Amino acid sequence: MNFFIKLSKIDRRFIYLFIALVVVLPLIFKPKFPVVVSKPVQDVYDYIEKLPEGSNVLISIDYDAASMPEQQPFLEALLRQLFKNKLKPILIVQWQLGAPLGTMGLEKIAKEMGAVYGVDYINLGYRPGYVAQMVGIGKEIRDYFKVDYKNILLDSFPMMKNVHNYNDIALLVGLEAGSTYLAWIEYAGGRFKQKIALALNAVSAPDAYYFYQSGQIVGLVGGMKGAAEYEVLVDKPDLAVAGMASQSYSHLVIILFIVLGNIAYFIEKGMKNKEGGK
Amino acid sequence: MLKGKGIPIFITFLVGMIMIISFFIPHKPFGDIEKISLNWYSIIAGFTMLLGVDSLIGMHFRKLKRKDENWFFSLVLILGFTATVVVGIIETVRFGTAFDDKSYFTYIYNYFIVPLQSTMFSLLAFFIASAAYRAFRARNFDATLLLITAIIVMLGRVPLGEQISPYLPKFTEWIMQVPQMAAKRGIGLGISLGALGVSIRIILGIERSYLS
Amino acid sequence: MGTTIGIWIAAGLTLFIYSFLYKDNPFYKFAEHLYVGITAGYWIIYTWAYVIQPMLLDPMIKNKQFILIIPAFFGIIMLTRWFPQISWLSRWSIAFTVGMGAGLGVTGAIQGFILPQVQATLVPLTGFNFETFNNLLIIFGVLTTLIYFYFSKEQKGVLRWGSKIGITFIMVAFGASFGYTVMARISLLIGRIYFLLSDWLKVLR
Repeated sequence: MNFFIKLSKIDRRFIYLFIALVVVLPLIFKPKFPVVVSKPVQDVYDYIEKLPEGSNVLISIDYDAASMPEQQPFLEALLRQLFKNKLKPILIVQWQLGAPLGTMGLEKIAKEMGAVYGVDYINLGYRPGYVAQMVGIGKEIRDYFKVDYKNILLDSFPMMKNVHNYNDIALLVGLEAGSTYLAWIEYAGGRFKQKIALALNAVSAPDAYYFYQSGQIVGLVGGMKGAAEYEVLVDKPDLAVAGMASQSYSHLVIILFIVLGNIAYFIEKGMKNKEGGK
Repeated sequence: MLKGKGIPIFITFLVGMIMIISFFIPHKPFGDIEKISLNWYSIIAGFTMLLGVDSLIGMHFRKLKRKDENWFFSLVLILGFTATVVVGIIETVRFGTAFDDKSYFTYIYNYFIVPLQSTMFSLLAFFIASAAYRAFRARNFDATLLLITAIIVMLGRVPLGEQISPYLPKFTEWIMQVPQMAAKRGIGLGISLGALGVSIRIILGIERSYLS
Repeated sequence: MGTTIGIWIAAGLTLFIYSFLYKDNPFYKFAEHLYVGITAGYWIIYTWAYVIQPMLLDPMIKNKQFILIIPAFFGIIMLTRWFPQISWLSRWSIAFTVGMGAGLGVTGAIQGFILPQVQATLVPLTGFNFETFNNLLIIFGVLTTLIYFYFSKEQKGVLRWGSKIGITFIMVAFGASFGYTVMARISLLIGRIYFLLSDWLKVLR
């Protein structure tokens, strides 16, 4: 009996070591796990599949390196789908520390898919004052982004000639690590009826489900698991799918921790009750 | 008079009202005033970033001057800051933008900022596992309910859950879309109503704590 | 060559930070302070490249938009917080940004949040099927959660029961959030370990 109580007081560094192992080993031995696509993720994919060729898709990079493993795989999978369907990504950034991540993903996939800068896609970089900008784009995107991320005039790019405001954007995809998405929904969505899809960090994904039910977003990709589902949908399993075995086993181990901790708790409680009864 | 709170309260009221009026009357002149104000806001907001940077660097300069216990690390911070700014300026001159793929500024981002920031946050994985082991107890009905939901979701949201039973991910999705969604909406509505109240109080000058 | 050195630097810094798991130590402190310093430097260059140059200087110099002196003035007086004698000036810019936020907040909250969310809660309760059951749960869950938060002072009769049911829904929601938080944290760790094993040690193919 005392075994469980002793175990519950184990040095926390053993727990750390254990967690590290359940992440490392599956990455090396790669056990196969089927990734089943959930409806909110499928909805994002389907919506994009139905967009007419040549439509503009505004991508907002609202994350930084702290959530790279959750968002970067989705960004890449999404861009593969967009370029394949001849849709035109317009990249903007609300989280300044994330801008190079957006550029990195965009350039990587554009090169892979043979897309041409300024014709098939464009990168506008970051501007401050996000709420003002979201409302402002409703009138004219040039009020905020007169130039692209390398300070080149927007009007010199063929694909931007006819892009002025949300009317010219078929879908907004927000890649979100914090609560910036609330402003997208309230302003771009509420005021300008812009269609929105979201990829959220797992931490904030549960909070956005009510926007999915209310139809304020067309779909929802949550965390690395959501990204893995998207990789499966675009038929290019990559980093997120590779991480799913580690993800599965670590969850199992944490559940085991919780169960063991509770067994110890109840034994201890029982012993105390007995002592109290004597 | 200039130093008092009168002018700021008037500015807040004016700007706040412009935003509300131009929402309902988007035509001239309100539409244009709104457009200009939004653009200005964006520029002013850009400056707020500098505020934080200065107080941070100032604090570590003082630590360094006083030779505080950890002065060496303050030196590291200041050197890191200076080097980044200097590299940024040089690369801006060299490439026209520091954000060129080939610039050393991008190099600093890729090989310093990315690993440091992402590793810092990944530490939380260890802490949450340890906390789950030590503190997550089924003390009463509510705590038990929380615990059981957490376990179901943790299993149902990973591929392993699918292997245990195909119903587990489906059940998890139901939890997410029905009961948890309802509670989150209740909380969200509460927060939104609260924020609406605060916004109105700010515009009317009743709430002034932001000026202190 | 540059990439290889970069990967070794990145791997070294990653391990410096993980050394904290054993115990707090100078390597961790070094990495932590370096991170804060570099990030602050990055912000400065950022503000120049994406705010001051494209939104202020270029329009003023190239397009003669001298009216932009006004926001530039408000931006600069924001920085008077550093000088106690004139720090009162910074209130003007704070007032501008707060007023703007509040004004936008009023219309945004009503049009973009409260109305659509209330509307989405008014779901049909017709027919005797699973959907009706779910809809009933949604209405019940939203209402009782609101009751829990808004009538928590004195709860009697219906309110007391409402609040009790509310806390049940809230616990399910918090449980789900906890599960998702675990998922998020583990994903971040997977990302870092993947980097160490793949880019640095080249164990993964």
